[in-house]
Amino acid sequence: MSILNKFAPLRQTYDQLRAVGQNPFEMVFEKMFSPTEGLHKGRRTILLGTNNYLGLTFDQDCIDASVEVLRAQGTGTTGSRIANGSYGGHRQLETDLAAYFKRKHCMVFSTGYQANLGMLSTLAGKGDYLLLDSDSHASIYDGARLGHAEVVRFRHNDPDDLAKRLRRLSSEPGDKLVVVEGIYSMLGDAAPLKEIAAVKREMGAWLMVDEAHSLGVLGAEGRGLTEEAGVEADVDFVVGTFSKSLGSVGGFCVSDLDGFDVLRVGCRPYMFTASLPPSVMTSTITALRRLQQQPELRDRLHANAHRLYNGLKDLGFRVGPQPNPIVSVALDDQLLAVAFWNRLLEGGVYLNLALPPATPSNLPLLRSSVSASHTTEQIDRVVQLFETVGRQMGVLPALPPMRRSKPALAPGYPANAELDRVVAVGAR
Amino acid sequence: MTEHLSDTREQIVEGLRQIAPAAVAVSGNTHIMRDLNLDSLAVMDFMLTLEDRFDIVISLEKVAEVETLDDLVTVVEQLRARKLKS
Repeated sequence: MSILNKFAPLRQTYDQLRAVGQNPFEMVFEKMFSPTEGLHKGRRTILLGTNNYLGLTFDQDCIDASVEVLRAQGTGTTGSRIANGSYGGHRQLETDLAAYFKRKHCMVFSTGYQANLGMLSTLAGKGDYLLLDSDSHASIYDGARLGHAEVVRFRHNDPDDLAKRLRRLSSEPGDKLVVVEGIYSMLGDAAPLKEIAAVKREMGAWLMVDEAHSLGVLGAEGRGLTEEAGVEADVDFVVGTFSKSLGSVGGFCVSDLDGFDVLRVGCRPYMFTASLPPSVMTSTITALRRLQQQPELRDRLHANAHRLYNGLKDLGFRVGPQPNPIVSVALDDQLLAVAFWNRLLEGGVYLNLALPPATPSNLPLLRSSVSASHTTEQIDRVVQLFETVGRQMGVLPALPPMRRSKPALAPGYPANAELDRVVAVGAR
Repeated sequence: MTEHLSDTREQIVEGLRQIAPAAVAVSGNTHIMRDLNLDSLAVMDFMLTLEDRFDIVISLEKVAEVETLDDLVTVVEQLRARKLKS
């Protein structure tokens, strides 16, 4: 008997994935060339699953500023802000984020996951209610579990369903905190935030929006869905992450709520963890500036997202409900999805494989996240590879040989003939 | 009260039959996830249906208490009774 016996079913799934080919959860890149290219098993591979929306991981200003602070202030803070004190960078980052979001207060966390863990578990206490969209990210569910509030789900992106549940709770005395996401991470669909904000106003609840996938992506100034939907006054708390559009690591919450700072001594995932290293804060501060100075990055991102979304949709793949930088293709069968994913990788494209029950509608997904740094040629190459694999695997109908198109190739990738061979090898 | 309970049970079983073919033959001891081959997400989604059917709120803490059909009937019955009192 082992303490790990309870994981036997999970182990079985894990081993099955290994048997099909590369285990999608054990990917190692030997090298990173750019925000959109890495080296996997000696092959140049397009990165299409890294949430690097603005491509700022290789921004020269971010790197230079970060290196300078790394040399000046060292590699880490070696403890929490409560015990070791804050660095100037912590305060600067919080001031800059509060100013950018036009809010009075900001708290920075060591990861985006911890921002949700901290805010949800602390804001909603015993006798309070958390109302979560049923497709919420794991960090939202885990934050809810860590606290003492009662947790209620409502149907995904359904304001009427939320209203119904809030009405049932109307005679209960506790605070009600509604939590939604700007863009949902699996299908890339945005929340109907205007309608949700109206429900929140009518029913007297609090509202938190997680802009993890929408910061730097939506809104004229990039502040996310809250800005785009014109409901910033209705949203009491915005949480987010630095590990996507801002290209580093960390999380935050901004709010206008008076007395917000008391959370610094009441929020355990903020208090009892090592704070962000100074070099990370500096690159984040610089990236936040970049995000504001270069709105054209957002334009390029959306152009790329539309190109990929429409390219796959026109081929006949089942994509999400709206074109956003997250583009997911749903397949019917898990083994088919694993094999498809492996063939994409063998053809030089890495994206995410998402398997049930972590996916909406219980369907396996091939999940892409587009970057402003992707070239048109890279996007076309991905669409082409999807078509080739899709036809070979019977997901798309086969075409007569004369209609086979030649893809525009980026240097260093397998040519079309070689691509067919690679895919055929993968099929064995 | 007994009649009320059986009404709850009947409606829950009817709902289960719509999402799980294995629910043709169920007893109070039927383990909802294991015996009916439902994953945690399917169970949570089923709770949304029950909430609407009985006009109650089943928090995730309550869902965590449920393993068998009897457990689920008890939870729903308690919440219905609480609603009738309020």
